[in-house]
Amino acid sequence: MGAWASGPAEHEFRELPEKTGFSVDELRSLYKRFMQLCNEEGTLRQEDFEKIEHLQLNPIRSKIIRAFFDKRNFHKTEVGTVQEIGFVEFVTVVSYFKLPETNQTKEQAAELRRKKLRFLFNMHDTDSDETITLEEYKYVIEDLLSSYKTIEKETAKAIADSAMLEVANITGRSMENCGSITFEEFFQILQDVEVESKMNLRF
Amino acid sequence: MSTYASATTGASGFSGDKRRSGRNREEVGRVSSPRSCSVYSGRKTLPDSRVPSDRPTLSDIPTAAFPVLSFDYKHVQMPFEISLWVLLASLMKLGFHLIPRLSSIVPESCLLIVVGLLVGGLIRVVGEDPPILGSQLFFLCLLPPIILDAGYFLPIRPFTENVGTILMFAVVGTLWNAFFVGGLLYGVCQLEGTHLGRVDLMACLLFGSIISAVDPVAVLAVFEEIHINELLHILVFGESLLNDAVTVVLYHLFEEFAAAGGVTIKDVFLGIVCFLVVALGGILVGAIYGVLAAFTSRFTSHTRVIEPLFVFLYSYMAYLSAEVFHLSGIMALIACGAVMRPYVEANISHKSHTTIKYFLKMWSSVSETLIFIFLGVSTVAGQHHWNWTFVICTVILCLVARVLGVVGLTFMINKFRIVKLTTKDQFIIAYGGLRGAIAFSLGYLLDKVHFPMRDMFLTAIITVIFFTVFVQGMTIRPLVDLLAVKKKQETKRSINEEIHTQFLDHLLTGIEDICGHYGHHHWKDKLNRFNKKYVKKCLIAGERSKEPQLIAFYHKMEMKQAIELVESGGGVKIPSAMPSTVSMQNIQPKKPTERALPQLSKSREEEIRKILRTNLQKTRQRLRSYNRHTLVADPYEDGWNDMFLKRRRVMELGKKLNNYLTVPAPAPDSPTMARARLASDPQAWSIKPKSDSIPTIQVDLASPQSPDSVNMVDEFNKPSKPTEAEEEEGLMMKAPSSSADQKERKRDKEDGVEQQRLARCLSDPGPSAEDDEDEPFLP
Repeated sequence: MGAWASGPAEHEFRELPEKTGFSVDELRSLYKRFMQLCNEEGTLRQEDFEKIEHLQLNPIRSKIIRAFFDKRNFHKTEVGTVQEIGFVEFVTVVSYFKLPETNQTKEQAAELRRKKLRFLFNMHDTDSDETITLEEYKYVIEDLLSSYKTIEKETAKAIADSAMLEVANITGRSMENCGSITFEEFFQILQDVEVESKMNLRF
Repeated sequence: MSTYASATTGASGFSGDKRRSGRNREEVGRVSSPRSCSVYSGRKTLPDSRVPSDRPTLSDIPTAAFPVLSFDYKHVQMPFEISLWVLLASLMKLGFHLIPRLSSIVPESCLLIVVGLLVGGLIRVVGEDPPILGSQLFFLCLLPPIILDAGYFLPIRPFTENVGTILMFAVVGTLWNAFFVGGLLYGVCQLEGTHLGRVDLMACLLFGSIISAVDPVAVLAVFEEIHINELLHILVFGESLLNDAVTVVLYHLFEEFAAAGGVTIKDVFLGIVCFLVVALGGILVGAIYGVLAAFTSRFTSHTRVIEPLFVFLYSYMAYLSAEVFHLSGIMALIACGAVMRPYVEANISHKSHTTIKYFLKMWSSVSETLIFIFLGVSTVAGQHHWNWTFVICTVILCLVARVLGVVGLTFMINKFRIVKLTTKDQFIIAYGGLRGAIAFSLGYLLDKVHFPMRDMFLTAIITVIFFTVFVQGMTIRPLVDLLAVKKKQETKRSINEEIHTQFLDHLLTGIEDICGHYGHHHWKDKLNRFNKKYVKKCLIAGERSKEPQLIAFYHKMEMKQAIELVESGGGVKIPSAMPSTVSMQNIQPKKPTERALPQLSKSREEEIRKILRTNLQKTRQRLRSYNRHTLVADPYEDGWNDMFLKRRRVMELGKKLNNYLTVPAPAPDSPTMARARLASDPQAWSIKPKSDSIPTIQVDLASPQSPDSVNMVDEFNKPSKPTEAEEEEGLMMKAPSSSADQKERKRDKEDGVEQQRLARCLSDPGPSAEDDEDEPFLP
């Protein structure tokens, strides 16, 4: 651990491997990248992400960047966004995409799945009210379609509508309240998408 | 033409051999008895009764009467016999499914082989020589449709996600099998007492390479019936397709070595190079033809009728071209189908798509049936040399090799996989390694001169085929149930999943960029971008090239539901032949405000209500995704009185509904509209102009009712729970004077086009409901 530059709060870094599950080597390379992004300042701001060219082509980049600054993803109970993050938060957010351990019990796997879906949910729920409203869902779809210039807003709305209807259908809820989705319902509708195996990256 | 004369050393010999060529000249296309002839030769031997032998002169009085009826079989013999075989195959297939329990116990392939045996026996009894499955016939006529069917409908996503595993099984697994079986058999042959001393190492290795390849036809035939989960299916099936390249190379290699006698390191090295050339060359040839086909389909908007023909022809040409260079024809075919499919499907009409799908299924089905029947017949027809030791050892060694290979490879592969393969999976993969007709045909191609033990080989091959198809094929279904292997999920792909799959793709790409990795998401994203920017513009006609995948998926889904709806509701005609129209994007009457409320007689109303009741009850059962699954029994109650009560409730809900359930129509120039216009379907259904006097059933994804809607509307909005009203957005009766509020975005002209588009898809039998080409799995 002496390889860390004399960064602030070095004692925090000692706990990182257990907290996030990364190995020391992986942490080291992430640290290098972190420093590269923040120009050696030690804290990362939203503008720093604009340096990454390929990210600018990504339709949901604003959501992704926002996710790094969302307090809910820091394993704490606070809500809201921060202006700048340090390495610990950076790694915490990236750890959502870690490969699962090889020998996981069923409960651990379910827990991991929940965690990852929670991350996705937080990405959609931009106003932090623990529900995804139709408007928010519509924004998601508009983002996805934003790289195609010829699409009108109404089509996005149509798709969002039918998606919400499906949610109501699957969760068996009454149509009166189907204007928003809670986390439990989100969990239910995405049970066929194998998030725990898809939402992974190799480091 | 002995190609051995031209084969000098291994270096030059690889291109010299012809796997499927005239070595079997005496069996070329042989489907009938020795006295057979081609069509042409028949002409030469026209019976004399047609042609008077002497020039008739006036003085001659013909002694024979002019033939009124003559029997001339020879000149139709070839096509006649072929048709007869195909007819037999189809009738057999028909017959199996009529016998109630048989098809659930015994897989079709077994039954067909038994039929073949019987037919072969019959022919023998009659005194003729039963035909043998000639290699030319097999490789050029019977195999391509099956492979094309598989390649065209290959589910790309699972395939590319697992391509590493599949390649490992196909390449390394087949190599392991070949050497293990070949080597150990040689050891067995060397033992005293087996009288097999003549079989040398090369011959054994050649035999090993023939017998080790998993056969796609057999795998398809068996796996289709057991509906196993997608992962296992794609693993075994992908392996059976991709091991063709390995088989080709090994076959040639060992044949050369057997002739040449010696092996050097140089030959081994050249073998590896040959493998790469064969595999990659095949894929390249296929991809080129695929691009050509996609490009051609761009211009077919005025000649829709021959669109399917292009698909078939280009694919077949790809196969044949690859065979010319002795590249892997199977891989060429797969590559061609997979490359052309997304572009061709965007260009062709819905009808052509259905045609392609059904023709491919038909041909591949008939081919498969014929192959198995011929296998049975060839068993009876061939000369056999039964050697207990050899045959038993072959069977056992094949099984052992397969199991060891799968276990060993899985151990290595699981280190790299996120979703590990469990023991159950391994068992199914090992058990699903069936051998089939390809092995037989390859064995049949062996030259008797250089391989005097060819008959013994053939006997062993047939035994292994029978064993795998009968024993493994029959028992795999109960085993799958016993082991509780995950089966194929029947759920339709929902739009939420589609959205999130795309979302996840972008998310992972983004995170990769942030972390500075260039993982496979990054490259996939680049490929997609390239595809979108350049390739699609070239290969897709018109505005479809700009349609994003999500929208295309959405429209496809809607179209499917519309077709389902009509299919289930069809057959009952509403008086005055107004078909139920599906208002996917609000097919609305042109001027809603002008329509007056209909004044119907009571009897008419009764009639209509009855019809609608039966219609919609059927439909409700089908339309699952947009309807509540806890429907109460009969929401239609008699009596008008209740209607009024509930109508009030509905009105209140309707206002809330309004908020978020409007499904507006797409933009006027939406690509699907353009496609509808382009559809050259002059025979559009004669849709009578909407008459004011009949309330139409309109399926609306939006269901706000205006307060002005007539009584009839409420017929459907009285489930016992008021909330169900919203869910009837699947099906709702609208009076012609329907809600005015949805209609700000009225496009009158779209109505006509909508009708036509509807006509185009309604007059189409359409794919059956459970077929889902999004994740096609050869249903």
